[in-house]
Parts: sequence; structure tokens; C-alpha cells
Amino acid sequence: MKYADEYRDKEIALGLAKTIRAETDPKRPYRFMEFCGGHTHAISRYGLEDMLPNNVRMIHGPGCPVCVLPAGRIDMAIRLAERSEIILCVYGDLMRVPGSQGASLLKAKARGADIRMVYSTIDAIRIAEENPEREIVFFAIGFETTTPPTAVMIRLAEKKRLENFSVFCNHVLTPPAMQNILESPDIRSIGRVEIDGFVGPAHVSTIIGTAPYEFFAEEFGKPVVISGFEPLDMMQAILMLVRQVNENRHEVENQYSRAVTRDGNLRAKEEVSDIFELRDQFEWRGLGQVPYSGLKLKRSYAKYDAEVRFGMNEVRVDDNPACECGAILRGVKKPVDCKLFGTVCTPETPMGSCMVSSEGACAAHWTYGRFRDHQQRRAS
Amino acid sequence: MKAYQRKLDIKNGCVDLSHGSGGRAMAQLISGLFHEAFGNEWLARGNDQSAFDVGAGRMVMTTDGYVVSPLFFPGGNIGSLAVHGTVNDIAMAGAKPLYLSASFIIEEGFRFADLKLIADSMGEAARAAGVHIITGDTKVVERGKADGLFISTSAVGVVPDGLDLSAENARVGDRVLISGTLGDHGVAIMSKRQNLAFDTEIVSDSAALNGLVASMVEAGGAGIRLMRDPTRGGLAATLNEIAQQSNLGFHLQEEEIPVKPGVAAVCELLGLDPLHVANEGKLVAIVAPEVADAVLAAMRQHPLGRDAADIGEAVADDHHFVQMATSFGGGRIVDWLSGEQLPRIC
Repeated sequence: MKYADEYRDKEIALGLAKTIRAETDPKRPYRFMEFCGGHTHAISRYGLEDMLPNNVRMIHGPGCPVCVLPAGRIDMAIRLAERSEIILCVYGDLMRVPGSQGASLLKAKARGADIRMVYSTIDAIRIAEENPEREIVFFAIGFETTTPPTAVMIRLAEKKRLENFSVFCNHVLTPPAMQNILESPDIRSIGRVEIDGFVGPAHVSTIIGTAPYEFFAEEFGKPVVISGFEPLDMMQAILMLVRQVNENRHEVENQYSRAVTRDGNLRAKEEVSDIFELRDQFEWRGLGQVPYSGLKLKRSYAKYDAEVRFGMNEVRVDDNPACECGAILRGVKKPVDCKLFGTVCTPETPMGSCMVSSEGACAAHWTYGRFRDHQQRRAS
Repeated sequence: MKAYQRKLDIKNGCVDLSHGSGGRAMAQLISGLFHEAFGNEWLARGNDQSAFDVGAGRMVMTTDGYVVSPLFFPGGNIGSLAVHGTVNDIAMAGAKPLYLSASFIIEEGFRFADLKLIADSMGEAARAAGVHIITGDTKVVERGKADGLFISTSAVGVVPDGLDLSAENARVGDRVLISGTLGDHGVAIMSKRQNLAFDTEIVSDSAALNGLVASMVEAGGAGIRLMRDPTRGGLAATLNEIAQQSNLGFHLQEEEIPVKPGVAAVCELLGLDPLHVANEGKLVAIVAPEVADAVLAAMRQHPLGRDAADIGEAVADDHHFVQMATSFGGGRIVDWLSGEQLPRIC
């Protein structure tokens, strides 16, 4: 496959693996968090961990918008979808995300709620045009990458004078969550977060650029390397992180220079800031309330804001107390350290954020990593 | 005197509730459309059942329901699929499929022209596979109750002497053979879904595999431990199922697994794994190492096995993991698909 296979070349990968091995200091650990689910997926899909020395450990971060969506927001969406006038349009991977007490959109649909799976925001607009007598709500989720398409959709609805269309906005922001991982008050209870550097987001950074991470790298003294989602991108980014750690540097470096600039996509940023504004705080499954980490529609766009339009009340649902997602997301614990992992919490019956989608840390470990534990147990 | 005053208006007519009522309209639909398409001596006798002779030996029987959406897709339609899928279930026992039954649940308003296309392709698929559709049933339900048409088919077949394919036969060191490229059917269906529509030259691989199976059995005999057709859930589901049933694990080589570039590209774009995508004309065979080369050569001689490949081996593993060496150089687990990748694929 052109433009993809070039970044999956085995020979180059083996060369990079050799260099990483040669340059790492066997006497110290290198603990890197890849923030994005896309990176987690690449690690699992291509078996990158097999190619890294034992003292380089990848910690899977919270960068999967489906995983971090709290149960309360799912409950809110279900309540909305149960209203007979509403058609709720959602991305397919949201369907199985657990709300409270085992509820999910999939189950609500089976009981009769009109929930439609869509593949793009345009589908939701089309459904609104085809059903003028119904209220169409688009369940908007995602990081900075998916916010511009939601903004474009609202513009389109405005242009088409659609009176039956609104958005349930759950867009979240990457930099505040990265900060929260290192400085949240919860950290005192789970112990020291041991992360030596971050593999920074790929697609998110095409929108926001590399500049927003500069404060973070400086303030927390942690290197950040923005990396593409292809396996060779990741190998190279890991090598760049190893070098920063070895040289005691903590800078923002850009491995993904074929797509990411310092300032990002100005047009997209402008669209987003025209329509959205910051929430004081937003709940993340696994992380809890994170200040200034979510977006909502500005007052001038209130008619497109489903929360206002339908008087939706915030629903709070506590995470399962035995769930270790908070510690796992911060790299303090591994999936296998959680009592729920693989017992009551599996990809078929996810409890915590890390198991919800295949990009979550626990699901990735369940799907791709278990045999490694098995081999290690056998070896020891 | 003619049995019916007016011919079925295949071009402009459509099914209504009277076609399921047991009256003259139903009789006319059955004789004018289904018998025409399936034409054979058993149906011609017009009984509520069909009698046939059975030879000595073991019989196999299977049944399957078809609810695919859309009904027509590149490379086939629900009719050809309903024959291929059920014939293949028989063939996976190494058996020779003989007779099929077909049951139709049709929504009122369904166009005769479409029904004829579907019935004709069922007849054609059955003739090509050397089987006969010898009994059937027709029901009509109200608009909105069946999304056009559902078909159920059952089949019986006969197993050659000395053959007993089953998962518990698999042994450490057995080879894993697949008959061709993965994911064609799933991708062809996806390309026609209303909310996903994209252009691709990929057509469904829907095909009857009994001919291919016969030549494999001839080459490998009892050295063939078992065969399965990796339909819903793809190769990943099939191998995990076999691993559990046989108490073994599997070790695959990603580089050896054939996937068409068009299928790989669609999977890339939609975030799917070709190993999870459905096939309707492929089989996976677990075979003893001594006969693996001969069976593989026989598969490659057959038009439906041209791209056949040896993709890995059975290993001892009490966890029953399916592992794979990735073409990138690492290792991973090939797990079952969680949840539903795409509803109503067959």
C-alpha cells in the first residue's frame, strides 16, 4: 500500500531497534507514555514492545476519546435518546461504552430508542434533512482532531437553516489532560508518577501544532516528541526520547514533521474558537474532573447545543472503586495489577475506561499483550 | 385449461400478502418463479416434501439463515450466498453436498423482478455446485417486518469413507493452510452500505467450495484434520475457535497471509483488521505436516485456491492463544473480534 508500507519497513525497523538498544543505558529505566490511543494501537498491532530493550517501557495514556467518556455522559445521552422525538446520531464505537448499571446505547437501541450509527458528521446533517419532523442530535466526541468537523457541521446546519439539529458536545482537550496526569491531587494517593517522557499526539498536533506542549515540557521538565502513528514513526520518536533523557534535555521535538507545524492548522483553530469555549472542568473516566479540559458551544450557538435545547441535567456516576484505571493511566500500575482485569472487566464487559475500546491500555493488553505475561511467567 | 388466467407480471409486479396465504397466488408464485429457477424432478412432483435415496456411509446436515444487507452486492446476492454458505458448511466436513431446502420470508411489496433475479442466481449457484434445491417454503409478512427478504437454507451431504474431520484431530506441528485472500466479502458488502458507500473494485468471494474440498481430500485424505470457512469474525475467530476446541495454540506468519491491496486499503481507512473481516468463499485447513505440501499444491491447482498459502502451525499452548509474527518484526496476539464489526454481513 503506497504511502503506508514505506513507514512499516522491517529492515529500517530492525536498524532503529538496534540503535535504540545501543543508545539506552542498561542501568536506568526509560518510561515513556504514549498519550494517544492511535499510538497504543500501533504498538500492539505491530508488536513494537518486542523490538525494544526490557528497560524501555511504554505506558499507555488516556488518549482515546471513547475510553475517557464518563458513564454519566453516556447516561445523559441514553435519557435523551429515549425521548420519542429524538434521533441520536453516534459514531459506532460509542455504542458499547458502559453507562451506569450496565446501560449502553446499544441496549437502549435494542429497547427502542432511535439511535443511528454514522460514519461522518455529514451523515447526521443528511438525517436531519430527511426527517424534518424529528429532532436530530449528534453525539460529538473526540479530541482536537474531531472538533473542527463538528464546527463545520454547525456552520452547515446554520447555512441550511436546519431547525431540528443540535450537538451533544463532549469534545476534550489534550494538553490539560497531559498536565493532569502529572499534577492531579489524586497522585498523592496513588504514589509517584514515573514517566520519563511523552510520545506526543499525531493527528491532534496537526490541528494545534507543537507550541501548546512547550509550556508543559518546560514546567514539568519532561521531554515531548510529537510522533506519527506509523510504527517507524514511533520507533524514531522513542529513539529521540531516549536521546533527550540521556542528554538531560526536556524539549518539544517534532518527529511528525511531514504533517505537523509549530502553529498547527490556523483555519481549523479559528473555526473552533468561533463556535466553542472552555468548560470550567470536564469529567474524564479514569482521571476524574480535569480543569479546563472540555469544550462547550458558545452562548451565541445555544440553539445547536443539545444540553441547552433539551434542558439536559449533568449526571455524575462514580467509577467502580476497585477499578485501577486512574493509576494505570498514570503509569503507576499495570493492567494486570488491577483485580478487575480479565475477571469482571473484559473487552466484552468493560468496567473501566482502559478496557472500553481496543485503544485503551487494558484492552490493548488483553488483546495483544497477554501472551507476553504468559511467556514471562514461564521464563521465571 | 390453463392453471392460471394471467401470467405473473415479473417485470412490474410485486409480492403481496396473498402470495403467502396458501391460495392460488402462492401456488402461482412457487411454480412460476421458484420452480422455474430451481427446475428439477423433485420439485416437479409438487409434494410437500421430497424423497431421495441415500447411499451407505455417514451423512451430514446443516442449516443457515441469511439476512444480508444490501440484498445485492458486488459479486453476488442473498440468493447465491444462501446456496454457497450452506454448501460450504457441508463441504467443511469433507463431505459431498447433495440436497438443499430453501425457505423464504418475503416482505409485501418486494418486486417480482428482484425475487426472480435472486431465485435465478440460487438455481445457478446450485447447478454450479452440483446440488439440488428439492424442497422449500414461502411466507409473506407485512411491510417493514423483514427488510425485503430473509432466506434460510438447509442441506444434507455424504461423507467419504474414512474421513472424520474435527477440531480434536489437530496436533502440534500441523500446518495452517488458507485457500486465498482474506476479507473480500466483508469489504464488498461495506462498499455498498448507504452510510459508508465507497468505490472499490473488490467483489465478494462468495463461492461454493465443495469442488476445492474434493481435490484437497483426494490429495491429503485423512491427513486433513479439519476445515472451516472463516465467515463472520474472519480468520481470527475461526482460528481462536479451533484453538479452544483442539486444546492447542497457533503461530502465524503475517507475511504469508494473502490480502488484496484494495482490501488492505479499505481496512486501513476504516480501522479494521482484515483478519476480522468476513469471507464467503475461503477455507482454512489444519493438515498434518506430511501432507501439507501435497494439499497446498492441489489447492493451487483449483481456480478457487490459486492464492492458497501455508500461514503457520499449531503449537502446544494451554492458553490457546493465536499468536502472529508481524511483518514489521514484532509479535502480537490475534484475538476474537469484540462486539460487532458490521451487522448483517451474511
